[in-house]
Amino acid sequence: MNARTFQHSHAAHCESGVMTNLLRHHGVNVSEPLVFGLSSALSFAYLPFIKLGGLPMVAYRMPPKAIIKGLQKPFGIKFRFEKFSSPEAGQRRLDALLQEQRVVGLQTSVYWLPYFPEDMRFHFNAHNLLVYGKEQDEYLISDPVGEEPVRCASADLSRARFAKGVLAPRGLLYYPKHIAHKEVAPGDVTSAIKKTVRIMHAPIPLFGVRGMRTLARRIEKLNPAAEDTGHFIGHVVRMQEEIGTGGGGFRFLYAAFLQEAADMLSRPALAELAEQLLAIGDDWRAFALAAARMLRGRDPMEPRAIGALLRKQADAEYKFFHALKGAAT
Amino acid sequence: MEISEVPQDNNRMLGGHRKAVYARDASGRMVLVASSGWEVEEIVTSDAVEQLNEQASAARRRVEAGLSSPLECWMYVRRMDLLLLAQSTGLWRWRVRRHLQPAHFVKLSPTLLQRYADALGISVDALLHLP
Repeated sequence: MNARTFQHSHAAHCESGVMTNLLRHHGVNVSEPLVFGLSSALSFAYLPFIKLGGLPMVAYRMPPKAIIKGLQKPFGIKFRFEKFSSPEAGQRRLDALLQEQRVVGLQTSVYWLPYFPEDMRFHFNAHNLLVYGKEQDEYLISDPVGEEPVRCASADLSRARFAKGVLAPRGLLYYPKHIAHKEVAPGDVTSAIKKTVRIMHAPIPLFGVRGMRTLARRIEKLNPAAEDTGHFIGHVVRMQEEIGTGGGGFRFLYAAFLQEAADMLSRPALAELAEQLLAIGDDWRAFALAAARMLRGRDPMEPRAIGALLRKQADAEYKFFHALKGAAT
Repeated sequence: MEISEVPQDNNRMLGGHRKAVYARDASGRMVLVASSGWEVEEIVTSDAVEQLNEQASAARRRVEAGLSSPLECWMYVRRMDLLLLAQSTGLWRWRVRRHLQPAHFVKLSPTLLQRYADALGISVDALLHLP
């Protein structure tokens, strides 16, 4: 696999996009939805004790690296992960791997990447991108959330790789050492779906449907007159729509996966469920719109109404994943 | 979401970039569509950015009134908070909090100043003045 033949493609989400481009480079024909679904990446989590800029962590997907690790079993991939104690060592190793014509995945901060739009640069440390070459002092980068490949000066990339804070990447780089098979077995698809159902139905009030209800309770208690209330619900919407989710908190991306799975397994029931999830995704968008209108003052601020919408999503998703379990068994 | 419903609102926060979203085409298949952004995203992101900018200008006023050190203003300009600045420098939070006070800031050693400057991605000279 020569890094010069590398092809960049645009993706909704950084980690699934990186893995799609990386697997395709190694001759595995996958789509981003397949990568996302096969690694059981869909989720919901409300973690009030982890703060990002003073606001609680709200995630619509599994934790960072879940997608990379989730693909190890279905494709029999052996990945090599390396972290470094110093930026110098990290850069030396990256340069050596690029010399061998490897395409290398990196975990980085978003804030220190100069090619990102200024207003999108926040201190978020679990961004993923691929490096496929170096010319003079610039790395050739395939950032899947961008339409085209970009270039980044080595000092900037180094800073982004060794940013500190929550989820600090510590220079993490990764590449596949060995890929056992290039076809997906039907059993891997159904067990990935069943895993997602288990996560969404988890009996812990911070994850899945129960996590949504806990967050709804928290939102309902917010004071409509307080300034922080707007920031709080705006933050939830940002995590749902802005952070590269493909819209509707990854629900549209997962619906695309279910369509693909329906064809692969010849199970039309999964395609019907994809339609249902599409409708749920549209309701997530309506939730975001309602929250944004209140934040802008176009509608009066009513945290109870936002909480009620979120509860409705939780109920719809509970039923949906119950049906999905039946269709995947 | 149908392809015709994919927002093309030219979200100015994206700086001309387009993001990828999934939508349903005429035959019912989900496909990848490039979007110039959604007004909702612009509202929530600009709210977050404005909040950060307000923190920075409030800090600037405190520095000008002699109540705080330029370090505090730089911290917010770099979109950090006390916790992240402490993590980025490897210092205890209470020490960073102390260094935000002008009286302690002026007594900082060149080594510590360099450490803050590195964490903020600026020169020591810049750190001594307001951004």
